[in-house]
Amino acid sequence: MKIFVCLKQVPDTETRIQIKADKSGIEENGVKWVMNPYDEFAVEEALKLKEAKGAGSVTVISVGPKARVTEALRTAMAMGADDGIVIDSNEPLDTFWTAKALAGAIQKEGAFDMIFAGKLAIDDNAASVPQILAEALGLPHVTVVTKLTAGGTLVAEREIEGGAREIFEVQGPCVIAANKGLNTPRYASLPGIMKAKKKPLKEMALADTGVQASQLKTRLKDFQLPPEKPAVKMIAGDAATQAKELVRLIMDEAKVL
Amino acid sequence: MSKIFVFVEGHGSELKKGSLELLNAAKQSGREVIAGLVGPGTKALAAKAGQNGAKTVFVCDDAGLGHYNPDTFTAAVSTMVKESGADVVLASSSVMARDLFPRVAARLDSGVASDCTVLELSASGVKVRKPLYSGKCTAEVEFVNSPVRFVLMRPNQLPVGAADAAATATVREFPLPAGSGKITCKEMVKGASNKTDLTEANAIVSGGRGMQNAENFKILDDLANTLGATVGASRAVADAGWVPHSMQVGQTGKTVAPSLYIAAGISGAIQHLAGMSGSKVIVAINKDPDAPIFQKSTYGIVGDLFEVIPKLTEEFKKALHK
Repeated sequence: MKIFVCLKQVPDTETRIQIKADKSGIEENGVKWVMNPYDEFAVEEALKLKEAKGAGSVTVISVGPKARVTEALRTAMAMGADDGIVIDSNEPLDTFWTAKALAGAIQKEGAFDMIFAGKLAIDDNAASVPQILAEALGLPHVTVVTKLTAGGTLVAEREIEGGAREIFEVQGPCVIAANKGLNTPRYASLPGIMKAKKKPLKEMALADTGVQASQLKTRLKDFQLPPEKPAVKMIAGDAATQAKELVRLIMDEAKVL
Repeated sequence: MSKIFVFVEGHGSELKKGSLELLNAAKQSGREVIAGLVGPGTKALAAKAGQNGAKTVFVCDDAGLGHYNPDTFTAAVSTMVKESGADVVLASSSVMARDLFPRVAARLDSGVASDCTVLELSASGVKVRKPLYSGKCTAEVEFVNSPVRFVLMRPNQLPVGAADAAATATVREFPLPAGSGKITCKEMVKGASNKTDLTEANAIVSGGRGMQNAENFKILDDLANTLGATVGASRAVADAGWVPHSMQVGQTGKTVAPSLYIAAGISGAIQHLAGMSGSKVIVAINKDPDAPIFQKSTYGIVGDLFEVIPKLTEEFKKALHK
């Protein structure tokens, strides 16, 4: 069974975000990069599936500046992925061309059975690349997946409003976008980390995937820090007084109800 | 003047608030508005879309669309958008729309701006902004080489207009599109809650470790029922199994932006703040005056939530005449 997992590297949540002087993006110096948390569920599910089948391979793939994103790929290989592909790109791509780059690279690798990704990346919260990737490859997709059963037919449970679930049956190769709850990602072991350093990592140029970076569909600009929030208004008194005053403030001052 | 296509979703016999917000924004732009509705029973909602600003309503009202299916829904909506001739497509970020629209956009060789919080429509333009890095900054999403501009808006960001009972729309019906047959929705399993989903809720009452156990969430349910709010939780509480993961607000839970967010017994870890800092009014109730949540809040109460919450429910009942 040949499985791909798409990874994105994102700034760690604790990282302080600073904006470039020309407002064209964020200052990347000093940013600590980590694997997108939802992608960890994707890697884990791929590894579990391969182990259950008893044969096959898990290839992790990412688009971005080679030196940086290789770290995320090595982390996934330390968890157990067999090899990696890095599509080297220093230009920021939109979701459309990111998906096209992944699709182009995956197609070059020949036949495969399944593609995993995280349901969204926590940096841009777009939740778009898995679906666009599936469209580019002409495959079905299921996103926000919290349970996967791979018997003869693949059964994927997707979480919708209020914890309700839609249960899909999927034939043939597909794209699955993982949600929290799908599994508990394993930690990379020390021997795993040592082994990962020697696992094959293939490099591809963005142009080789068929991407026209000059044809971006969308572009981010005019980055701004959010407006400063006014200081919190603390409400004093006993519980009854506090409750009464809070209701007054919400109804009469904030007027949000 | 170019046209705007608004994807409209219903909830029972009403249109969802997020859809109403977008119909109003589209109508205010002065451009021709085409609404699209997909699923069995949606034809009955067409008149409401007309009263809220749509000149034409496209419906694909077919029993075969009873369950969401990315395959057939993509086909149905792509056809509608093409037929409409619109160059701007607006949809509220519902669970369905978030799954559907990136794929529809890709099919039409177009880009999608998702999770937007600012929308400005002019005679021919559309300007949108979105939060990035868990709300630590925002940026404009500029459409460059996109024949159709797809915008997914977070709900509760825009005003709802008054419906015009006399306004009527032309209804055009679309047939059930053929699917690839590679994917079928076998079943829909109901969730624990039939309330508005956290991501669309206008008010949220969330509980953290300070709730002490699962049973105590009852007092939050009471407050939420009074407010018409949805109950959420912190990660610690979801991981402890007091509530299902679907109720988790935060980085690995749901990103929410209600008008009112009440955090009870939540200290405010950065991962939680990442998921709710976009809320308009934030209320923190915590016994620890140094809890980081207070720094992100509009109003703060230092006190015992087991005393404050029931009193709050009582006061809201009075204020809302219930």
